[in-house]
Amino acid sequence: MPDYAWPDAQHRTLIGTRVSRVDAPAKVSGQAKYTYDVHRPGMLYGKVLRCPYAHAKIVSIDTSAAEKIPGVKAVHIVQGRGTIIHWAGDEIVAVAAVDEPTAEDAVRAIKVEYQQLAHLVSDAEPPKGGVQEEGPLSMDALDDMLDNEVPAGQMVSQIQQYGITEKPGEDRLSEFKENGASDAVLDAIRTAAVHPEAASKLPSSYQKAAAQTAGDPEKALAEADVVSEGLYGIPLITHCCLESHGSISEWTDQDHLFTHISTQNVSGIPGQMAEPLKMPATNIRVHQDHIGGGFGSKFSPDRWGIFTAEISKKAGGKPVRIMLERDAELEVAGARPSAYARVKVGATKDGTLVAWQSNSWGTGGPGGGGMPPIPYVFSIPNQRLEHIAIRNNIGPARAWRAPNHPQAAVLTMCALDDLAAKLNMDPVEFFGKNLNLTKQRENTYREELAIASELMDWKQKWHPRGQIASGDLVRGVGLSFHTWGGRGHASDCDLTIHPDGSVDLKLGTQDLGTGTRTCILIVAAETLGIPMNAIQLQIGDTTYPSSGGSGGSTTIGGVSSSTRRAAEDARDALFAKVAPALDTQPDHLECVNGKVSVKGDSSRSLSWKQACSKLGVMPLTVRGKNPDKSKPPDLTNSGVGGVQMAEVEVDTDTGVVKIKKMVAVQDCGLVIDLKTAETQCYGALIMGISYALYEEKVMDPTTGRMLNADMEFYRLAGLSDIPELVVHMMTGKGYDERGVIGLGEPPVISPGAAISNAVANAIGVRAPFLPLTPDRVLAALEQKAGA
Amino acid sequence: MRDDNQNQKNHDDNGESPGVSRRDFLKISGISVAVPLIAGPRVIKAAGQEVRVYGPGKVPMEFAINGKIYKANLEPRVTLLDALRDEFELTGAKRVCDRAECGACTVLVDDKPVYACAMLAIEAQHKAITTVESLTRDGKLHPIQQAFVDNDASQCGFCTPGFVVACKAFLDKHPHPTPDDIRRGLSGNLCRCGTYAGIRKAIAQVAQKGV
Repeated sequence: MPDYAWPDAQHRTLIGTRVSRVDAPAKVSGQAKYTYDVHRPGMLYGKVLRCPYAHAKIVSIDTSAAEKIPGVKAVHIVQGRGTIIHWAGDEIVAVAAVDEPTAEDAVRAIKVEYQQLAHLVSDAEPPKGGVQEEGPLSMDALDDMLDNEVPAGQMVSQIQQYGITEKPGEDRLSEFKENGASDAVLDAIRTAAVHPEAASKLPSSYQKAAAQTAGDPEKALAEADVVSEGLYGIPLITHCCLESHGSISEWTDQDHLFTHISTQNVSGIPGQMAEPLKMPATNIRVHQDHIGGGFGSKFSPDRWGIFTAEISKKAGGKPVRIMLERDAELEVAGARPSAYARVKVGATKDGTLVAWQSNSWGTGGPGGGGMPPIPYVFSIPNQRLEHIAIRNNIGPARAWRAPNHPQAAVLTMCALDDLAAKLNMDPVEFFGKNLNLTKQRENTYREELAIASELMDWKQKWHPRGQIASGDLVRGVGLSFHTWGGRGHASDCDLTIHPDGSVDLKLGTQDLGTGTRTCILIVAAETLGIPMNAIQLQIGDTTYPSSGGSGGSTTIGGVSSSTRRAAEDARDALFAKVAPALDTQPDHLECVNGKVSVKGDSSRSLSWKQACSKLGVMPLTVRGKNPDKSKPPDLTNSGVGGVQMAEVEVDTDTGVVKIKKMVAVQDCGLVIDLKTAETQCYGALIMGISYALYEEKVMDPTTGRMLNADMEFYRLAGLSDIPELVVHMMTGKGYDERGVIGLGEPPVISPGAAISNAVANAIGVRAPFLPLTPDRVLAALEQKAGA
Repeated sequence: MRDDNQNQKNHDDNGESPGVSRRDFLKISGISVAVPLIAGPRVIKAAGQEVRVYGPGKVPMEFAINGKIYKANLEPRVTLLDALRDEFELTGAKRVCDRAECGACTVLVDDKPVYACAMLAIEAQHKAITTVESLTRDGKLHPIQQAFVDNDASQCGFCTPGFVVACKAFLDKHPHPTPDDIRRGLSGNLCRCGTYAGIRKAIAQVAQKGV
């Protein structure tokens, strides 16, 4: 049995080194083709009429004028008369025309009458007494959940937990099915407990979503030497992918659909399109070369992906392109749930954490949303947690890099930092003292904390709160901890060695800009002992072996493991063919520097090309898989730790916060490409600066619409906002042997908390909510002056 | 309403751009005209002067892009960006904000960086348009492109072509930039993945070596 294990440090030539991104030349020269760039012959351009109200009923739709406009090829009603719309910007009618201006004219010619309904877009603290205990679900509530695309697993567990208010007939069940209910959801409805008495209660926008107690928090808080109380929060933000969501769909014949789509989930798209389009998944081909950002918002074809295919069919199968406009991208294509909390946390005099109590709330849109994992990283012994989910009309939430973790980091690390300040302790000392509460990550965090402190020059820069230098510009430092899983997902890959020595590698994965292509080639080249450019890699198509969606930092572990196994097996199969020619046994051969040679006797060798010619006429194809228990060891792992520190400068006259320096110390097991791994961390720090200081999806309570659905007022950090950034990857003994672990999520978790803590250190008071805009900083300073 | 059709006559183009200048636009916007669906300019009288009017139907247009002539019939409301991408399949410049906020569509017009989403195609006629596609010659990357590769200054890469063009224009004007020049000079482009650290290093690499 071959040894699939990762080579040790002495036997690596590529893994763990700094390799330049293989698709960078295509990207810098404008040759890389994204979905938005695909131009199919005879392509039509689609536009969408969207609902201007946050909550409304469609009274009538008149598309007759639009249909008469020359050049309009199809008009498709997405949501018809009588439908209740739950967020502004939702799709009502789609049109396809010969060019964009004509499509825009057609959208303008459609008349829709709405009956406006009361809306709620606020995520402010729930009113006392207005909160409803989670209870049995009405048929309308189930419809709403389906409309709002609540994940099937979540629906099933809520149905099982709370029951339903009436037993639906088969007609109602088939309506649910048409509305997108999966078989599991339908089964759950059929077998749910029925509570008719609950039907009379009106649904509230405020739902108790979690209540947990561990230990005796009241007693522990009463006995604590120091208790700190505070309010913390992190608002709704958007994904703001630069390439908006969308697709180009065409029917290659009556039964076959070909879709170019901007997606994090190439292999998973056909299965999601099959049911709504009432066709077999196998008849749907999906292709994507490059994607302009996803960040968690591009796993599904979305409603617009489905109606793009439908409108193409109406237009005789012609290719139709529907990419979201920027305002729609920001309004409907993804938001990170908000989270706020009143936190009470207690410690003994020496800084040992003893108790945590939090009353948290937040919104994930019409679906409500869950409680972030608080207290985060530190398992404080006595806890009481209560969370209220606000169901409102802001539009659906989506996974956003490290779902729920940046929120948990802000709520936890800011509360603990305030406690450290109250104890008059240096946070490095305070957090260091409690690292035993991080359980199995303790040693990692301890090493990282020491390295981060040195890289930040923390000892020189930290000062107790309130002891600030005089003048208008004040500086401070802050830190935060984070963790993530990141185990590799399921991935299949096919590696083919051709008799002429050429090699190709196919897998249905995608490269989000994380370096996936580069890492796959590093692993294959390292294993086969040939240069990376001798291998042709093809990804991003459903005709290739399927590989998981790129979410939750699962891609690198998945694709590197499947590639490693395929390359090992292919190499050994080649050795079996080559061994007779070199008059040796296959297991005495090795593949190094483009040569197949007898181990320890380099005089007996064949060039790679000569060796491959021994295959005869047929190419050799091997399938590699992850996971694959039959081919140990496990090449991927789960669970990383990271520490980040921020240094800020605050202008106390204007409230403007400037980041002066950030340090990220990160573990991710065995690093495949150090260069792209570091880039991932730099990028995460920058994205973190952006959401800590600038980003917020601002909802207008009067109109129910997003006020800043463009890129001028939905502010992203620019080049001039970025300070000195220091990234340190934990590698070597204790890290490498863990196997490959994902890196997409972890480094983006801590920046918000670290920056908020640095600002508190600088100005001597907590500005409770991100983003730390000048008005919020000035309000905090004013409160401090008044106190 | 005035009937300006009386003023319509064949107008010799004299190779002058049929684009509408800002001054012309201000004049036109002060009046209202019934405009038939015809190609080619009409001339109307506005504020006592003759002004040519194009559209709203498709108008034949001609462009000089990367040293080549491109022709298309386009409505006057089509932007330079959409003409490049949808008519000529020069898709390096990206459509992101579509309103002059993010810089992903940056191209050079007469050597100056311009947001192609904020310029009408009709205005861009007979000007020298340079897109990212022309920076790579005979398969060899331009030094700033090579510096982007070396310093890993792209992730998803959607902002990258716009940044590359903006950096080239910036370095042409500031061959030896200070860090402050870089901060100010490249604030017109936005990146979501967070590649600014690599971009700064790329600029420093080219500035040191010279282009």
